[in-house]
Amino acid sequence: MQTATKVNHRTATAASGSPVTVLAFSGDISSTSKDAVLGAYHHLNGAGAAVLLDFTDVDYINSSGIAIIIQMLMEANKSASKPIGIYGLTPHFQKVFTMVGINKYAALHGDESTALAGI
Amino acid sequence: MRNGSAVQVNLPSELGFEKVAMSTAASMAELMGFSLDRIEDLKTAVAEACINAIEHGNQFSNTLVVGVELSNCDDQLEVRVIDDGRGIAHRPAAPNIDRKVHGEEDPRGMGMFLIQALVDEAEWHKGPPGKSFVRLVIKLDKENEYADGHES
Repeated sequence: MQTATKVNHRTATAASGSPVTVLAFSGDISSTSKDAVLGAYHHLNGAGAAVLLDFTDVDYINSSGIAIIIQMLMEANKSASKPIGIYGLTPHFQKVFTMVGINKYAALHGDESTALAGI
Repeated sequence: MRNGSAVQVNLPSELGFEKVAMSTAASMAELMGFSLDRIEDLKTAVAEACINAIEHGNQFSNTLVVGVELSNCDDQLEVRVIDDGRGIAHRPAAPNIDRKVHGEEDPRGMGMFLIQALVDEAEWHKGPPGKSFVRLVIKLDKENEYADGHES
């Protein structure tokens, strides 16, 4: 009943001209997403670029999935990595991410162009 | 929809089936005239209540079901999510993102906070014997508060 999480990895360019890694998620973001989400982040292995998380094609997010995103922020905070930004959330999940305070550690943007301009 | 109309769904104690309860709750809320924003709030609250029932109440038992009862009464939609657990001993503190990001608090444990924040009433009950349930309510007369930007 749970839809597997898929992660597509690509590079974009910020408005400043710096490279940005985009991790585009699809499917569910739930308790079963840990390997896919954190695995994709670990695979970047300190590439040094800022990271954007694209939720545009995500069908379903629950609190266990949000906890995995928090774990990623925890790792980024520990290693003093480049900033992480988030875009493509529905207005409802922008509200939920703000309620739990994720916006304090990862800027929330509406779409990719505003995210690339803001990161 | 007639006042007092009710729907019951039984879910296997398997993660993912909370989506069936979400869809049912969304359909009922739509029939009652709730806005899309409030329906999204309800869907997340119902999903989190069902996940708690599956994980903690029924502990993924393949012999136990999670009962979901939805009813409308006087312009409010009530959802009861029933499991075979002993109920909660105490409510966890509200999540603290700073403590979570610094590894001082489990990154999980936000379900009850979200439930409480997203619906108009949320109560956790022990009983009937051998069971426990959470009762969620959203009210049509609160719609304007949400349209004005209120977040509980």
